[in-house]
Order: sequence, then C-alpha cells, then structure tokens
Amino acid sequence: MQDIKMGFNLEEWYAHKLQGDVIFKYTGSISPEMITHALEAVEDSPLLRKERLQTRKKVYNVFVECLQNLYHHVDAPPAGLSAGGSPNFGIVCLVHDGSFFRVTTGNFILRSKVNFIKDRIEQLNSLSDEEVRMLYRDILGNEALSEKGGGGLGMLDIVRKTGNKLEYFLYPYDGEHIFFSLDVYIS
Amino acid sequence: METIIREDTPKTPYVKLDGEKGVVEIKGRSIPENSVEFYKPLIDWIDEYGDDPKDNTIINIQLEYFNTSSSKCILDIFKKLELLFKKGFKVQVNWYYEEDDEDMFEAGEDYQSIINLPFKMIEMEE
Repeated sequence: MQDIKMGFNLEEWYAHKLQGDVIFKYTGSISPEMITHALEAVEDSPLLRKERLQTRKKVYNVFVECLQNLYHHVDAPPAGLSAGGSPNFGIVCLVHDGSFFRVTTGNFILRSKVNFIKDRIEQLNSLSDEEVRMLYRDILGNEALSEKGGGGLGMLDIVRKTGNKLEYFLYPYDGEHIFFSLDVYIS
Repeated sequence: METIIREDTPKTPYVKLDGEKGVVEIKGRSIPENSVEFYKPLIDWIDEYGDDPKDNTIINIQLEYFNTSSSKCILDIFKKLELLFKKGFKVQVNWYYEEDDEDMFEAGEDYQSIINLPFKMIEMEE
C-alpha cells in the first residue's frame, strides 16, 4: 500500500506497529467472519499458550473488544485508498512486544467524531482503577443497550482489564477523514 | 414448559433452559457481535417461565469469556429472575470461575452488587 496524505504515511505507521513478535495482523474489511478467524488464530498461537491462564484470557478478551469496537464503529475510508476500499475497513494487529502484549487498531473516522472520541478516551485515562470499576458497574446497571448493542462499555472494559492507559493518535488524513490509531497494552 | 438446549458455537455459549427442573445453564463463551439477537429468545423463555415457575430456580453461569454486549444481556436474565425472587420464589445464582481468573471473579462481583439475588461464587480448579 502507498497511502500518504497530509504527512501521514499509512504504510510506515503499519510497519512501525508490527515491531515485535507478530501474533496476528490483518488489513481489510472487519466482518463477523473475519473476527471469528482472527480469534481462532490468536487462540492457536504458541506464544500465547505459554502464558498463564489469566494473561491469555485478558489478551483474548481485550482482542475481542477491540475487534468488535472496530466492527461497530468504523467509518468508510477515503475513496481511492490503495490499502483497501471496503466500507468496514480497519487494521488490527496483536504483537508480543517486550514484556507486553499490544493490540493495535487503525481505522478512518469522520472529522466530526474526533472530539467525541478524544473526550471519551481522555476521560477514561483520567480515572483511577477504582473509578473505572465504579463507572463500569454504573453503566452496566443503569444504561440501556445502544443500537449497536455495545452499551458503551467496550473501551471501559478494555481499560479495566488491562489497568493501563489507552494510547491513541488522531492523524488528519484529508478534509473529511482522520486516521484513528489505538494501542492497548496488556502486561 | 419445554426444555430448550442450544449447543455452543465459537462465539455463543451452550445454553439449557429446563422448565421441569427449574434450572438455567449458560456455559462456554459469549462473544457474539449481536448479543441481543442471541439472548432475546432466552430472556423471553425466562419471562414465560416466570408465569408458572418452580419453587426453586437455579441458574448456573460458567463462562470462559464474555464480551461487553453480552454483559448487558446476562444482566437482563438476572433481572427477570430477580422479579421471581421478589415474589417470594427461591432463586440461586451459581457463578463459576476458573482458579486464577480474577476478571471473571470480579464480573461476578459486579452482578452481585447490582442485583438482589442469592449469589454463590464457585471456584473451579484449572
């Protein structure tokens, strides 16, 4: 792929994210079938099988939430993207990076959503572990399911399970699109 | 009431709804993209069961993984059973978790803090 706009090079971003031992990588349409295959691949990974049960389950759980977040929330990519033109275009990789497992996702979003995503992540990152737990219970107990079935718990669950802050970047891509890069670290 | 059994799939759990014994079992992994579609028939069944329930109802939850969209549906099941409990019927939740699986233990604690049902946390050896 060779997609460079406004100083952001998708190919370079991807290559950088693949540093470490790659357990799974994918670029293209995020569909329920793709998610099933991805989960099978991750479960079969010898690198993960060496880990203790709790780490394995955490990685799997967080990976599921990241993939399903993508599935429910991606916007269609810019026209003419050489990396792929599916409306549900996303990039995901799971890498063993030093003492961490890292799930990275990348997808295009419309500029109009930038503030919402930024505020949401900043809010989650500002909370203590206990606050995350209380907020999770509060949303689980009080809020109805969203139309997409997510219930607003996905990101919160990721933060809770990993105990780590979400690392994200929003790269302007063109007048309409922003490339949203998210790194989740599981120790 | 008829017994419903659903075999597990890579993304949905084994489910047994036994109206004769008053036992609900959910076992395996629950990570469908559309959890409402999967759980709605089960919740409807419990709703109907509530019209003429057994004196004792037991729900066994033994999940390996579940996604956040399933978590809301599981809560909806508990809420239906909570209605029975409020009417004076006995209801027992057995929440199974694997030894060392703190996340699943905490998930059980979450539900315990939200719903008013007798809750038993049962640790399983690896």
